[in-house]
Amino acid sequence: MMELTVLSGKGGTGKTSISAALASLAESAVLCDNDVDAADLHLILHPTIKEQYSFSSGWKASIYTSKCTNCGLCINHCRFDAIHTDENEQLIINPFQCEGCRLCERICPEQAIHSDLSTNNYWYVSDTRFGSLIHAKMGPGEENSGKLVTQVRKKAKAIAQAEGAEWIINDGPPGIGCAAIASLTGTDRALIVIEPSMSSLHDADRLIKLIKNFNIQCFALINKYDLNLDLSQRIEDYLKSQNVPLLTKLPFNKEMVQAMIHGKTIVEYATESKLSIEIKSLWHKIQLSTHTVDLHQAI
Amino acid sequence: MSFKIAIASGKGGTGKTSVSVCLQHFIKKQITDKIQLVDCDVEEPNDLLFFPNAKKEKAHKLTQLVPVINKSKCTFCKKCADYCEFNAISIIPSVSLAQINSSLCHSCGACLVACEQDAIRETELPIGKINFYQEEGRINLIEGELMIGSAMQTLVIKELKKHVDKANQIILYDAPPGTSCPVVETISDMDFIILVSEPTPFGLHDLKLMIELLKEIHKPFSVIINKVGLGNKDIYDYLRLEQIEILGEIPFTQNFASQYAKGELLNSIPTAISEEFEKITERLKKIYI
Repeated sequence: MMELTVLSGKGGTGKTSISAALASLAESAVLCDNDVDAADLHLILHPTIKEQYSFSSGWKASIYTSKCTNCGLCINHCRFDAIHTDENEQLIINPFQCEGCRLCERICPEQAIHSDLSTNNYWYVSDTRFGSLIHAKMGPGEENSGKLVTQVRKKAKAIAQAEGAEWIINDGPPGIGCAAIASLTGTDRALIVIEPSMSSLHDADRLIKLIKNFNIQCFALINKYDLNLDLSQRIEDYLKSQNVPLLTKLPFNKEMVQAMIHGKTIVEYATESKLSIEIKSLWHKIQLSTHTVDLHQAI
Repeated sequence: MSFKIAIASGKGGTGKTSVSVCLQHFIKKQITDKIQLVDCDVEEPNDLLFFPNAKKEKAHKLTQLVPVINKSKCTFCKKCADYCEFNAISIIPSVSLAQINSSLCHSCGACLVACEQDAIRETELPIGKINFYQEEGRINLIEGELMIGSAMQTLVIKELKKHVDKANQIILYDAPPGTSCPVVETISDMDFIILVSEPTPFGLHDLKLMIELLKEIHKPFSVIINKVGLGNKDIYDYLRLEQIEILGEIPFTQNFASQYAKGELLNSIPTAISEEFEKITERLKKIYI
């Protein structure tokens, strides 16, 4: 079994549309939406939810005002500036700033602080027309998206093993922080989606540096390459200098948005389009890459 | 007091950075030149790409405090590990193991309070930088930059916000994508939030998540629809139904997209787009005053 994670650094370069298209081509794959913060893959895959689990992102402290003597010890110990004085001169905790370390609860001489597990996040095991999908919905403003990514990936792996699936396809989050790190850790291949813009190149560069820290094999594609040929060339040169294989250059096609509107992958919506043909050949190359140690040989 | 506006979106790639950079330009022309742009997308900061003449004035290194256990004082009592809610401390008395996993540490300081042997002290671990850029003698842009490999993006944002120059009349915060803690850290003390979306199913879906968040934390906001002409009309139906004000509509033009791609946003803004930004700025002026 191979695990493929689709990432980009910059948001909006086409990770989800491409992940969905690959999902529609893979004959034996488990799909996993790692962008738990703003998950969109389900809008194309229309999952039927089979199992639902709640996920706790950690503790949230609050103060029993009746017990609190306003001594201020908790304020002095809180490193997250989460404790404030309200209009009635009463100490209160802002749940969005509380990191859940529970130190205030432990040091309060009046036992006036308690913590509750926040359970505003859910993750799901679903059926789709392309196989199982593991996905999540984070409550707004919740913490620890990295942990939730780790959770959905763990389940995806268990299901892939049970089903004997050949692939796990992870639709990754943007950025290079905790969610991206959680999405990369232990994956077999990272596919980087770059669009021809300075921002996307800059962001891909930071991502590639991160991936190299992890020693994970990665390859790239340029999406909408024909929107700016000069920049596409620059990206090609950059990838060469970094020894990152370029698998394909996908043309811009307005039908990509139309496919999204119809809740379909581009391969289903415009099967014979140049873009779909290119994506099919991309998937072929990704599959070939499993048979070789040198990724450059696959292309 | 400065008026603080965040530009956020939920979905990445809807145009937060373009809107932030253009808004700063038009606010300077129409409201005040005492304005600072703060790039809070610390994982992938891009605002600088659009200021070819900006010079780096200074940089400020950021660190996080992580504990170190002095094994000669440690009695392996495990109290620190019990206090640590992030499972960052491993203590195995039989093999005299006392180890901190700094990548899990949230720097809360609980272990220091826990330790009765005075065996824990803290050391500084780099997590990123704050970069200050000037144009024409003014610090126009400050940017948070997460160190590659660090997962402490929220802490970088928090520190970045402390370095904003409060003498400015208006401060624009370019927020990171998503709806979780880094976004909340960015927008928690804002006076107003501009949500940038696009008329696609992904754009609308993530816009709804952001609106859910803003309603929960009671923040005033309105919406700019970017890339008008792509996609469908569902976003308009939704905003009408929810009675949410549209602050502006920026048409999709290949020309402007291509300038963005090259990092040349402010060179020659197409008339249709500059007119829209002028209107948006006038509306903001009313909100500000």
